[in-house]
Parts: sequence; structure tokens; C-alpha cells
Amino acid sequence: MISQFFILSSKGDPLIYKDFRGDSGGRDVAELFYRKLTGLPGDESPVVMDYGYVQTTSMEMLRNFIQTEAVVSKPFSLFDLSSVGLFGAETQQSKVAPSSAASRPVLASRSDQSQKNEVFLDVVERLSVLIASNGSLLKVDVQGEIRLKSFLPSGSEMRIGLTEEFCVGKSELRGYGPGIRVDEVSFHSSVLLEEFESHRILRLQPPQGELTVMRYQLSDDLPSPLPFRLFPSVQWDRGSGRLQVYLKLRCDLPPKSQALNVRLHLPLPRGVVSLSQELSGPEQKAELGEGALRWDLPRVQGGSQLSGLFQMDVPGLPGPPGQGPSTSAPLGLGPASLSFELPRHTCSGLQVRFLRLAFRPCGNANPHKWVRHLSHSDAYVIRI
Amino acid sequence: MPYLGSEDVVKELKKALCNPHIQADRLRYRNVIQRVIRHMTQGLDMSGVFMEMVKASATVDIVQKKLVYLYMCTYAPLKPDLALLAINTLCKDCSDPNPMVRGLALRSMCSLRMPGVQEYIQQPILNGLRDKASYVRRVAVLGCAKMHNLHGDSEVDGALVNELYSLLRDQDPIVVVNCLRSLEEILKQEGGVVINKPIAHHLLNRMPKLDQWGQAEVLNFLLRYQPRSEEELFDILNLLDGFLKSSSPGVVMGATKLFLILAKKFPHVQTDVLVQVKGPLLAACSSESRELCFAALCHVRQILHSLPGHFSSHYKKFFCSYSEPHYIKLQKVEVLCELVNDENVQQVLEELRGYCTDVSADFAQAAIFAIGGIARTYTDRCVQILTELLGLRQEHITTVVVQTFRDLVWLCPQCTEAVCQALPGCEENIQDSEGKQALIWLLGVHGERIPNAPYVLEDFVENVKSETFPAVKMELLTALLRLFLSRPAECQDMLGRLLHYCIEEEKDMAVRDRGLFYYRLLLAGIDEVKRILCSPKSDPSLGLLEDQAERPVNSWASDFNTLVPVYGKARWATISKYQGAERRGPELPNTASFATSGPLIPEESKETGQELPDSGALTLVPNCQLTAEYFEKTWFSLKVAHQQVFPWRGAVHPDTLQMALQVVNMQTIAMSRAGAHPWKAYLSAQDDTGCLFLTELLLEPENSEMQISVKQNEPRTETLNSFISVLETVLGTIGNIKS
Repeated sequence: MISQFFILSSKGDPLIYKDFRGDSGGRDVAELFYRKLTGLPGDESPVVMDYGYVQTTSMEMLRNFIQTEAVVSKPFSLFDLSSVGLFGAETQQSKVAPSSAASRPVLASRSDQSQKNEVFLDVVERLSVLIASNGSLLKVDVQGEIRLKSFLPSGSEMRIGLTEEFCVGKSELRGYGPGIRVDEVSFHSSVLLEEFESHRILRLQPPQGELTVMRYQLSDDLPSPLPFRLFPSVQWDRGSGRLQVYLKLRCDLPPKSQALNVRLHLPLPRGVVSLSQELSGPEQKAELGEGALRWDLPRVQGGSQLSGLFQMDVPGLPGPPGQGPSTSAPLGLGPASLSFELPRHTCSGLQVRFLRLAFRPCGNANPHKWVRHLSHSDAYVIRI
Repeated sequence: MPYLGSEDVVKELKKALCNPHIQADRLRYRNVIQRVIRHMTQGLDMSGVFMEMVKASATVDIVQKKLVYLYMCTYAPLKPDLALLAINTLCKDCSDPNPMVRGLALRSMCSLRMPGVQEYIQQPILNGLRDKASYVRRVAVLGCAKMHNLHGDSEVDGALVNELYSLLRDQDPIVVVNCLRSLEEILKQEGGVVINKPIAHHLLNRMPKLDQWGQAEVLNFLLRYQPRSEEELFDILNLLDGFLKSSSPGVVMGATKLFLILAKKFPHVQTDVLVQVKGPLLAACSSESRELCFAALCHVRQILHSLPGHFSSHYKKFFCSYSEPHYIKLQKVEVLCELVNDENVQQVLEELRGYCTDVSADFAQAAIFAIGGIARTYTDRCVQILTELLGLRQEHITTVVVQTFRDLVWLCPQCTEAVCQALPGCEENIQDSEGKQALIWLLGVHGERIPNAPYVLEDFVENVKSETFPAVKMELLTALLRLFLSRPAECQDMLGRLLHYCIEEEKDMAVRDRGLFYYRLLLAGIDEVKRILCSPKSDPSLGLLEDQAERPVNSWASDFNTLVPVYGKARWATISKYQGAERRGPELPNTASFATSGPLIPEESKETGQELPDSGALTLVPNCQLTAEYFEKTWFSLKVAHQQVFPWRGAVHPDTLQMALQVVNMQTIAMSRAGAHPWKAYLSAQDDTGCLFLTELLLEPENSEMQISVKQNEPRTETLNSFISVLETVLGTIGNIKS
């Protein structure tokens, strides 16, 4: 049960205010109210909630109640995946949806029915990895999701075919190859699973709107090699306080794939003052900030190897006494963490084989189907 | 933001609303109304145009209607007389052919929140309950609750309640759930909606049709139903099995709670359920939603209290990533600390060590404390890690490490040697009060093993004038006196200086008094000082063992899937007490619970530092005088409501026990002499509702357990549980004093 509902701006001003029950003392802080802050117009909230009780959150139901037109809000989160869209300016393949297409509100105006024949199917994986300083893998964790965003009329049936070697659990065996194994799968309640056992086909009649069709998790054994390996070497001269870090980053993706927006973040000991750098490519950038080194690599091709040599002065770094250069890292250095996006790549190897629609629009062209695969880093940490 | 000049705005809008040209143009009219609403939501007082807005409600345009009704619901409490004018339109709309309009009008009418509206809304609500359209029925059902709320605390309308109960059989799932919500509010005074067998079975069968919100709520309501037979119970559990695998975490948690509560007599079923729910819980712990992740982590901790090994093989899931917010990292560190076992301790400690050098000082300190917690079991490895951390010479790290050492030396005396070797040198990196106190304490207690202890303390004595924290000075006094006993030659001079300073120059009275006290103690002779300062300390291992005792699942099952695990039991009790008092209003007497009923623990037991658990609504009446005859008669006429054994060591001191029981208002009817075998005692107590608790304590000579049997003249489990916890606390306290 909800008594009141606020959306506050970053300054603490209430942006949306709704007093459902009138029992919690009224609006004493509410000064600002941005009715059309979000893509949802303001008049739907009494339908979602009545007297503080959730009535329904189904898009299908709500659509009937919304009379005003939706206003697209600008994406306000950098990590909002739908707004990452097509991963920067990469347009190698011709069949690419405009990046704004997926962030269009599903509740588009009622008049332009003709443009709505589109379906977006995204396979998105979040990867968390922990690599020990000797290079051994301590933890791999993949959280995957198949998200569907449908602009088709509700109730039109579709079938999603997944990779046939898709196995659930440790014991199941399918196909002749190594298979694609996940630990746990959960489906949306509207998914029909008659053909899942035999052919790995999901059947569903999605309502117009967004829907997470399937969630899965996978830990510890990954079928493909990890996307990145880091080979650090550290030289530290205690006497002069000179710290030299040589980082070699190898991308183990297949040669045709690439990683985008790669950023390496390396915490440094306190008191680092200057940085001199030698980078292997012109488009790379490295800088110091907030007690850490940041190395930006806009694009890394699969199979390539990049390196950076960083020299820093760390005056007065406390440590056990000793003279001369040493290879042991000073305390406070590392662990390095990487963030990146891998378009058209899933770490688990899961692919959507096909997306078939039973729906035939009257007179219009076939609906557009967009199937996208994407992996991105949740936490990719390498100890030094 | 046009905060100022709102009068002009109102005037202008009023003019526009009255303009017949605008009224004729539907779009322009709607635009003006939208401007009114926008100003309203921005905090401007728009009540001036109420009349004009009421007029605007008579329209066929549904958007305009919606906007006007929104306006009316906001300002109706300010202008009740004018709002009555709108009732007519609303009533008319309640019989509109369009169900959307009917529902909208009914909902707005019920939300008006002004006195006198009840008589107008009653009939439309009754009509709405029988409406063809499910949307209107949904609104009408909740309208019943709103109407009841408007009436204040008047009596419940029996016919309406019956109608709502019958609507539980409605076709529409949302109507069903709304009925439950509405009944719950209307019958709040009587303990909420009653779930009997037919209703429970009906709801169970409807479960698959509900959406996830409804499912989660219905699962909560089903907690009230107690199956009659074991067979029925397992039928229900079978029916609900699928919901443990639901894709909505809320439903999974609701189903888990129901399983845990229903199967409270079947521990193996409970364990099975907790195994099944492991996957979904772990998934929620790594969810993208931080809030979900946090709540899941809190529940993981709750489960770990009962099943310490439950998540040990998944320890990697609880490693922190650098991008996570602080509160999640702290929870994860706590979880890691609790699931350590022989197999994963190496990896967990390595991971925690990485956190100790985190940029955030708070997180680093939490990680160090966590290593300190693990050190109670894996002492050597942890002490080694902590010693290495001292080498970093970072202030915020050193101070926490030294504090951890202090606790560790106390709990695990075997590590004293290692700690003493690590200490020299760290005084340079400690600036804060807590750290200094810990260091000075260690130097005082174990100074004979640390060669330079007197010189470190001497530095503190030299700088005592500039020391800002009185607590540090007090600690310094005690430590120096202790060290003086073991190394008199090195300390005599500076002890004299310190005492002189504290007595003659110190301004803080507590420090001065302590100084005077030690001075006079020294006058009494060195043997006397030794007797007082070095007398045997209590055995710390007892308290430690109590902490680690596994709690049965049933002790927290009722808190599962509530806010209790998120806030913690004690904090939640405070919050809900405060809220409850606020709701009830100040004129109601606060039902004095044990927490507020004054000193409860006998004076001598306070130093054990044990707090009484909050005993909820139980209040024992102080002067419950029962004759032995009456007690005997009642005792034999009742059945044993609760029986348990309580660990006990040694003999009983009847006087102490009797006194302690009196403090908590338990009367002793009869008691064996000290040393009798078997030893027995009969106690009686009565709470403020007249419920009697009769208790027998039985101590057999051969086994070291106290058997407690409690009888109760009214079967109320909640108060019984509170009573037993009070009794246990008293017995525990007495037991501690003697040992």
C-alpha cells in the first residue's frame, strides 16, 4: 500500500506528487511538479493506483485509459540500454534500426497506426568477472535477459527460436558440441513452453509494450574465452618515488567482433602527482582523476593487442623501507576494472535463431523485426 | 516558477474560462484547463476558479472531465460548499452509458475527502458494486473503504461487508483483490478480513489468474488461514509450489513466507523451500535494481542466521563490484563474514583484503571489522592480514585495525603474542579518539610484552594537555596504572606527573574524579591496587557462544518478506511503535510495554550488558495475588501450553531468582529450598487483559537443564511467546551472574 507518491529532482524538489490516501500529512515539501517529466502522461496514475493500491501495471490495460499523448523524454541515464541504441556510430551492417527507434514510447499517438509494425528483440547480458593477479579466473557471472519491445497490435502471436544447443542446468546435454549452458532460467508468465523442450522455441502473444521474455544466469564456466585479458607489469622505485605501470590489454573476441567504449580504471596510491604516457594508438586517451588512472579506448578490434606505458611520481609514498626498483606493486594500486560494450556478442553464446510472426497486417508491408545481441560489463575486475 | 503574482494568473485564467468563445472551442478550453492544472501542481493556489471549473465538468470530452475531476479532488476540502455543486454532475456521470465515465466519476466522488459527502456517495457505490463493467466494480469496491474512512471510526456496515465478501467470487481478478484490500481496511478494528476454508480454497484456485501484484498480496492474506489437517496443508503447498518459481521476486518471497509459516511443524519442508528459493534470491542479489538487491541481501542474512552454511558455495555472488553503492557493499561484506567456512575462507579473506584499501574510508573500515569478525574463528590468518594492513600507515586503516585487535585479544587470548608484536610503531598513525583508546588499552593490559609500551604512553602523558577527548585521558589513567603494576620502575615518574595533572589542572570532572580515585587507591597500598585492578575478569567466551547460536527458522518466519529484515528487528520495533503512537493519537494511553516500564533488570546484572528483548504488547500486572489453593486448582485444570528446556549450570539461589522475578511482575507461589533435588518452583503472572500464566520450573539433579512448563488460561500464542521470552531473559540473567 502506498500513501503518497513523489518523484523528486536531484535538488530535492518534488517533481511528481500524488496523495492517494490523505492520511500522511499532505504536501509540505511539494513545490515543483513536472507533469510530463516521463514518457507516461500524468493522467494514468489513478489507474495504476487507486487508494494507494496497485491496480494493474499491464501496458495493455493502461493503454485504454490514457487519453493524452505521450511525450518522449530525453534519456537521462547513460547506462540506459535502450538509449545506447546502436552503440555509437557503428553502422557496418546495413540493416540497422535508427537508435531512437527503440526509445520511442509504445503508446504512440493513435493516429499513425501504419508506422507501428515493428518488433525489437534484444538479448542483453551483463558480465561480472574477477581475475586474480596471477591471471586465474576467480569468478564469472553472466546475467542475461531477452527483452521484447513490440509495437504490433496486442495478441499477435510470435515464435522465438533460440540456439538449439541451449541447455539448462549442469546435467542436461544437447547437440554434439559443447553446448550453451546456463544455470537457471525463468520465463515471463505469458510465454508458452510447449516447443521449448523439443526445439527451444518460445511461443508468446505479447501485449503491445515491453516485456522481459526470459531471464537466465550462468556462473563459473563460460563457453567462450573472456573478452579481455590484462597483463600488467609494475616497476616501482622506492627511492625516487617513481612508479611505472605497463599495461598490455589483449582482446580475445573473434576477429570480426569488436568492443566499444572500453574504459580501464586503475586506482593509484595516494599522492600521485604527474603522469607521462605512451599509448599504442592515437585515438586512445589517458588521464588522472579522483585518485585513479583512466584509460579510454573507444574501439578495440577482436584479436588485437593494445598497450600503454604510464609513469607517475609518488612522492612520500609510505611503505616498508628498501631501496632500488622492485616489481612488487605499492599498496593502494589496483585492482583494475574495465567497462565495455560488446555489440553482436553474447558471452553465453546464446543466439536468437529466428523470430517469426504469425501476424499479417492488412495490406501493409511485413513488420520490421530487429534482433540485437549485446553484452556489457557489470564489473570486470582484474587484480594487480 | 510563478510563485508570485498568482492573483494575476488566477484572474486571467478565470477570464479565459468564462469566455464563451473559448468555451465553444473544445481544444482551447481544454488548454486553459490544462494550464490551471499545471499551476495547481506547481503549488499555486488555484481554488479561486473553483466555480468555473465545476461548470467545465459538464462536458462530453473525457479528457476535460478527467482534468476537472483531478482539480476538484485537490480543492474540495478547501471549498466544501462549492464542491457540493459538482456532486450533481458526478452523480449523473455515475449512470453514464460509458463505463469509463462511470468509473471515473465514482472514483473522483469517493476521493473528495470532505465532510458531508458520505450521504451522496453511498448509493452510487452500491450501484457500482453491481455494475456490469469490471472497471466500475473495481472502483466501487475500493470506494467502500474510502467511504468507511470518511465516516471516521463509526461502526461497520454489516450489509456492505457481506456484499464485499460475496464479491470475492467476482469474475474479475482485480475486483477480487480489491475486495480483500477493502475488507481489510473496513474490518481493521476487528483484526482484518477473515480467511476461512471456502475463501482460502477459492483464492488458491484463482491465484493463477491474478497478476503479480495480486498474487503477492493474496499470498499475504492466505497467511491467516490455518489448514485443518496435514493432508489439506500439503495440498495447499502443492498448489503453491509453482509460485516459488515465479518470475516476480515479490511473489517468490510471498510464497516462501507462506510455506515457512504453514510448514512450521515440518522443519525438513522449511529447509527444502529455502533450498528452492536460493536461486531466485541469488538472482535478486545480483539484480540491476539496487533496491531489490538490498532487500534480497537483507533476507539472505536472515536465512544465514538459521542455516549458516546455506549460501557458502555461492560466496562469489557476494563479492562487491566497484560500481555498487555503499549500502549494498556493506551488506555484502556482512554476508561474506557470515558464510565463511573452511573451504572458502582463503578466497573470502583475499577479497576482503582488497576492500581494505578502497577509496571510501567507511567501506575500508567495514571490511577491516569484517576481517576482525572472521578472526574469531580463523585467528592466525586474519591477524596476519591485519598486521600487513598496519604497514600501509594510513590513519583510517590503522585506527580500525587497532580497535579490531583490542576486541580480538579479549575474545581470542591466543593471538595476544602476535598482536603485541604488531603494535609498535602504529601510534604515529592514530589521531582519532576511538583508535587512541584502543591502543592505550592494549598497551596498558599487555604492556609487559611490548618493550616500548612505557615510552609510547609517555608520549601521550607529555601531550595530555593538548588532548581533546576526555575518554582518552581516562583510558590513559587506567592503562598507566596497570602498566605501573607490571613495570613500576619505568612508569612511576610519569604516573605521578599524570595524576598531578589530572587532579590539579584537568577541567573535566570525570577525568579528575578518576585521577583522585586512583590516587587514593594507591595510598591504600600496592596490594590493594592489584586486588582491584587485576581481579579476574568474566569469561568472554560465554557471550560469544550466545551470539553464534543458530536461531530456528520459526523465530523469524513471520518477519520474512516484511521490512523487519531490512531495518533490523530493534529498529523496526522503534519505528512501528512511533508510527502506531502517531496513528492512535496522544490521548490514548500508551500500552506500556516492557521496554518502557522502568528498570527491569536487577541492578547487579546490568553489567552483563544484556538487553531485554522487546516484549511487544505484553504487560504483566504488578499485584497479581494468587493463593496457593487457587493456583493448584487452575494448574491441574489446564493443559501445558508450552514446554522447553533451558541450559542451566549449578544450583539455584532461590532468593535471587525470586527477587528478579518480582521485578518483572512474576509472583512466586512455591519454591524448593536451595540445594534440594529435584528443585522445583511454581510461578504465576497475569497480564493486563486478565490472561493468567502459570509456570513450573524443574531442575533435575543429574542433567544440567531447567525444564520450563507454562500453562495459560486463554490460548493466545503471541502473548505466550512474549511471556516466555521475558522468563528466559530473567533466567538467563540469573544464570550469568552465578557463573
